Amino acid sequence: MALTKAEMAEHLFEKFGMNKTVAKSIVEHFFEQIRMALEAGEEVKLSGFGNFELRTKNERPGRNPKTGEDIPISARRVVTFRPGQKLKQRVCNAKPQ
Amino acid sequence: MTKSELIQQLARLYPEFSPRQVEDAVKELIEQMAQELSSGGRIEVRGFGSFSLHYRAARVGRNPKTGEAVELEGKYVPHFKAGKELRERVDTI
Repeated sequence: MALTKAEMAEHLFEKFGMNKTVAKSIVEHFFEQIRMALEAGEEVKLSGFGNFELRTKNERPGRNPKTGEDIPISARRVVTFRPGQKLKQRVCNAKPQ
Repeated sequence: MTKSELIQQLARLYPEFSPRQVEDAVKELIEQMAQELSSGGRIEVRGFGSFSLHYRAARVGRNPKTGEAVELEGKYVPHFKAGKELRERVDTI
């Protein structure tokens, strides 16, 4: 089972005795603050975890894989995540569940 | 935005907590996420995205200084896939 917001809120409740409704709201706001920064074009750096970066992509030729039809892929801005050194080290020998 | 700026923003939204309490909560959330990945799990947050592990096969690398061949073992690396809402909100071109 993957880690979800519900489990993260539950963890704040267990660890700090935080009211469950407030814990849920903090977890929601934690992700919303990151989304807002990225939406505003700002990169997000969480030391010990990694950086969320933005890349601007030009229009490029693509094709509909079903029909084979040529369709341009429009210019866009996308989020990429670059894991930090510490997270990479912790994860490299992980055994996927 | 850095982790401490994120903590400051959240502290403004939750005046009932001290900045220190908000800091502890944020650090705990990030640690829980790192812990989940290092124990081989996934993270799924609707509207934000999911984190999973991708395998990198063993390969022969080179020491860039000496040019010497080095055997590198297979390993896992963290991977993030942005969710629909995040993708749409960020794509403002």
